[in-house]
Amino acid sequence: MTLDPITLSVIQAGLQQVCDEMDLSFSRAAFSPVIAEANDRSDGIYSATDGALIAQGSQGLPVFVGTMQYSTRVLIERIRDGITPAPLPGDIYIVNDPYLGGTHLMDVRFARPYYRNGEIFCWLSNTGHWPDTGGTVPGGFSASATSVEQEGLRLPPVRLFKQGVLDSEIYQIICSNIRVADQRIGDVQAQAAALMVGEVRLNELLDRYGDATVAEAITELHHRAATQMRSYLTEIPEGSHTASAWIDSDGVVNTPLEIRLSVTRDAEQTTFDFTGSSAPCAGPMNSVLATTLSSVYLAMRHIFPEVPISAGAFEPLHITGYQDTFLDAKYPRPVSGCAAEVSQRIAEAVFAALAPALPSRVTAAPAGTSGNFALGGHDPEKQRDFVMYQLSGGGYGGNADHDGLSNGCSTIGISKAPPVEIMEAQFPVLYHHYALHEGSGGAGLHRGGFGLDYALELRRGTATASFVMDHGRSGPLGALQGSDGAVNEVRVIRNGISHTPEHLSKEQDIPLAPGDIVHVRTPGGGGYGNPMERAPQAVAEDVRLGRYTATQARTLFGVALTPKARRTSPKPTSCAPPDLFPCSKISLGGGRLWRTGGKQPPPPFPPARTGF
Amino acid sequence: MAADADMMTGQIIGVDVGGTFTDLILMDPATGAVRLAKVPSTLDDQSRGVMMAVEEAEADLPATALIVHGTTTTTNAVLERKLARTGMITTKGFRDVLELGRRTRPQAYGMKGEFIPLIPRDLRLEVPERMDAEGRVITPLDEDALAEAARKLLDMGCTSVVVHFLHSYRNPGHEQRAGEVLRALWPNSYITLGHALLSESREYERGVTAAVNASVQPILDRYVQNLAGSLAEGGYAGELLVMNGNGGMVSASRVAEEAARTVMSGPASGVMAAAFTGRAAGITELLTYDMGGTSTDVALIRGAQPAVSNEIEIEYAMPIHVPMVDVRTVGAGGGSIARVNAAGLLEVGPESAGATPGPICYGRGGTEPTISDANLLLGRLDPSRLKSVEGGITLEQVREIFAEKLGHPLGLTPEEAAEAVIRLANVKMAGAIRMVSVSLGADPRDFALFAFGGAGPLHAAALARELGVPRVLVPARPGITNALGCLVADLRHDFTQTLATPLDVLDMDRLAATLTAQASEGRRLIAREKVAVTETRTLHSVDMQFIGQTHLLRVTLDAPEITREALQKAFEAVYWTRFRVRLDTIRAAVVNANTSVIGTRASLDPATLIPAAGRLPTLAAACRGTRPVLFEGTAWDTPLYQRDQLPADAAFDGPAILEQMDTTTLVPPGDRVTTDAIGNILIEIGGAA
Repeated sequence: MTLDPITLSVIQAGLQQVCDEMDLSFSRAAFSPVIAEANDRSDGIYSATDGALIAQGSQGLPVFVGTMQYSTRVLIERIRDGITPAPLPGDIYIVNDPYLGGTHLMDVRFARPYYRNGEIFCWLSNTGHWPDTGGTVPGGFSASATSVEQEGLRLPPVRLFKQGVLDSEIYQIICSNIRVADQRIGDVQAQAAALMVGEVRLNELLDRYGDATVAEAITELHHRAATQMRSYLTEIPEGSHTASAWIDSDGVVNTPLEIRLSVTRDAEQTTFDFTGSSAPCAGPMNSVLATTLSSVYLAMRHIFPEVPISAGAFEPLHITGYQDTFLDAKYPRPVSGCAAEVSQRIAEAVFAALAPALPSRVTAAPAGTSGNFALGGHDPEKQRDFVMYQLSGGGYGGNADHDGLSNGCSTIGISKAPPVEIMEAQFPVLYHHYALHEGSGGAGLHRGGFGLDYALELRRGTATASFVMDHGRSGPLGALQGSDGAVNEVRVIRNGISHTPEHLSKEQDIPLAPGDIVHVRTPGGGGYGNPMERAPQAVAEDVRLGRYTATQARTLFGVALTPKARRTSPKPTSCAPPDLFPCSKISLGGGRLWRTGGKQPPPPFPPARTGF
Repeated sequence: MAADADMMTGQIIGVDVGGTFTDLILMDPATGAVRLAKVPSTLDDQSRGVMMAVEEAEADLPATALIVHGTTTTTNAVLERKLARTGMITTKGFRDVLELGRRTRPQAYGMKGEFIPLIPRDLRLEVPERMDAEGRVITPLDEDALAEAARKLLDMGCTSVVVHFLHSYRNPGHEQRAGEVLRALWPNSYITLGHALLSESREYERGVTAAVNASVQPILDRYVQNLAGSLAEGGYAGELLVMNGNGGMVSASRVAEEAARTVMSGPASGVMAAAFTGRAAGITELLTYDMGGTSTDVALIRGAQPAVSNEIEIEYAMPIHVPMVDVRTVGAGGGSIARVNAAGLLEVGPESAGATPGPICYGRGGTEPTISDANLLLGRLDPSRLKSVEGGITLEQVREIFAEKLGHPLGLTPEEAAEAVIRLANVKMAGAIRMVSVSLGADPRDFALFAFGGAGPLHAAALARELGVPRVLVPARPGITNALGCLVADLRHDFTQTLATPLDVLDMDRLAATLTAQASEGRRLIAREKVAVTETRTLHSVDMQFIGQTHLLRVTLDAPEITREALQKAFEAVYWTRFRVRLDTIRAAVVNANTSVIGTRASLDPATLIPAAGRLPTLAAACRGTRPVLFEGTAWDTPLYQRDQLPADAAFDGPAILEQMDTTTLVPPGDRVTTDAIGNILIEIGGAA
């Protein structure tokens, strides 16, 4: 090792900036709002020999944190084996096959070899979520697909650009198989241009520091990232930490799917063992292996955000036991739910297993569903067909520092939700309310954040509603004696009669007429720590702000409030220490509240179905 | 306009209150004399500091024609949440919009974070009323419920109130009627209607903007009245103008009506000063670089005009959507902490030692190596200044900490470690600045770096080299740039009209008429102000996109009239420059028509900022000695110049250190310094003979 650590740091920062600039370029030029607004994309640099992740944009969608290195590796192997034609400079491969290192079909990867002196120095690759890639339903999220062919067009790696020129024959095949094809050329150009930006910036970096130095730095940074991750992992006590997370159903067979995880640390590595998880399923809740691995990586990066995104950092994470489970889907299993739902449940299993081991770092489970509600139909006033998506957030888990955030975006996403005013301007719907899902935060010393509660009405025309959500059967897991967050609830009121999906969180093509209403309440986050130890003032404040009822304060937190206390702002008082409960009385702005009951664990969180 | 004559003869004062110092520039147009003052800010009541600065500058208030004031009152109130108790009345079913936000989290990684809405849930009340997206009434406004809600908010002690109804940008009828009802029963004028400040869709952004406005209104009002009172007591009879975040000014009597517009007024005035200085120096393309203790502000100036944005987010989930100079903050400053991480690699930031305890060299108990400490160890800052700090820190103590925390784990001497800290900090800052300029569609290499703030001129040359920026401009008074901005600020009005029409069906006459109407409204508003204007400029632009896109690109127009073909061409050219992509099969759309009307005031002569009398005839005379300074491992015997004493036509090569009241400018070896007639220093990167 001859490189000084300063040059290493400088090159590391330089590689990161190349990726960040690719991300920026892609988002700004993209047409699809999923990419341009929701940042459902990622850009990175990958090893020429095995596709290992060298650097990736810091604002890429978290679920892509590990996937592109697998798709790049598969591409390199296929080229080596003669299955895929070898590249020439200026070529760009397109691929969306989930089984070749992907997620679902909508995540389309581009890969471009980066040449120095006639040799491939590394690969530049990016992923963008296309609004549609064909299949049974617009947008690709079919809740009832039973094979990948129903989910859309599947592309093996083919050269969409040959020596810098778009292959119009391949492009025409793609356009003939997807919806709203006329705008895709903008996304294709944006995605390709981002790789070009990467090439220009990488040239500058290599010209400045020299090819050999950068190559050496990449190798050294890989080792150092592994060392860094190992040093963080030593915070996990040795031994096994286990948890299970549950998916409501696969959308076809109404049986819960289990993710069973055991995390074991020894001196050299930390093993994530999924042995005992459910078998491959009939419906679209299968996960391809690249997504399963990436989900573990992103969960660990949520826990240790300081670690760089690189293959080296993932090296000490040994993932096993997924064979023959729904976490290692093989062709032709349907997989549309893997990136948006299964990945979040895998992350939840990681959080739940490690929360007791790393109590200051890990939060109780976040809502963990993308809350995908799609409405497709015809708007007679605007004389056009439409497809509307309402993706919703939910509560985050309580944690060592504070209560969970309300209405946060999915664990695997970083996108903003569209405003109600934009939705109503574009689609024939009228929202009745868009509010806090009261009572939904799991009780705890630090409670979970609250989910979202919205209802909307179809105003005219006809439409069908589809739901791909989760956590309808059981709420996000509480941690360290905290209660689970409230479950996700879906209700469709047709002609005045209420209908709840048989699978609770998933159903496809429910016909709606004008005046029909869709009502959704998203999960709250899990609670953290014993709710009986939550400061009574904090409980009273939540009641005063209408986040919990006085009854919930009593049953969930063991705090009774007099009517006056419910109305009055709490003033700081000398609060009795928790071990004096149950009988201490605390003055609260003239009113009174007191702890009831003993220190026994709280009653199970009642699913808030009343008042629906 | 009768006051014009007075304006031209009386003194003019620009005064800016920053986080640490209150700066003042006084100019006498008759004599060209300039006086400066710098006093500690009094953050509990900023007007005391202002009056102290007025006193220090020995301003003759009765003879003063105009005072322009930049204030952080509203920014601080928002960031520290020291707000007036404010209630909100919303459409039934939507009171939680302000608490739910846009479904985000503070960082991409890490599932923690906190968010406290500006108005607590119990002060957000709902009333029956509803419009649809076309502005049609679905539910009429229940005026009784509205009055009852208002009374309830008053009972709960609210001073201000916001009315925030869905789709009011489309049809403000219900909000306007609610305003009438409220004015009859609300005891003061602190009533904000959601559509009044920002008439565009997106209920969260509009609601937060309105909530910010309402909750800082009483605070700003009280402050400005106080200050106006103090100034009047001192004999001042003229107009007090307050800087807005868009770089324009508004009279104190009206500023509180749209208090949200004053957020970011400080950073805006710095950028205005940069534009002014650049214009005077003949450099119209600038990247401003204001490095302070905890953060660095960056902005773009093109054609001597600062970029203005309607979409500033001043902290996590706090969007304020009124036109503001587009200043982006990068989380690196003199107090950024350096450490060696578990991978054995050096890291700088994002943690900062802040003001307390601050860098080690502040002597306030700081024990973490920072960028400022590294500059000190390398000789770039004057070690003799250590003597004046309270804690009695020695250079040796700083060395020891660098040896222990950085040098030892990295296998470097303390000085090598310090140089590594600066190098990495510059690489990271350069990267962040590059991202800012690229996101604004600009290549930093096409700009000059305008360096100001306490630490800006110290890093500027190295940063410029890193960015490929060819030259650095250090103004005459880098430490009081914001006050200068107040002095030279323009009157400014910005207009945006949403058209959202495909270009091929756009009525080009209507576009021209819209832009022309915006321009005449702007000129009318400027004529109304009691301030003399020498020139009124009008800037037209349209925001465009390809149909289906969500991001906008701004296309500037020379005149309101343009043909469809010319506009299409202009857009394609902008798009090509930005993305290197041609999309000839997709139609373009015009989303917004924009006009800014700018009234330029009689300008001061920038040459007076450094008094000619203080200048010495030769370079050698201005040199107070030398000090060894480390550059790339080599100690260079570096001359120390008194900036104010440099001859007006000085030209020399680095290395050099230029010292002045509150800023140090570092010129590395290989770069060349020239000075211009108005007191600026130009550093040409790699320009040494």
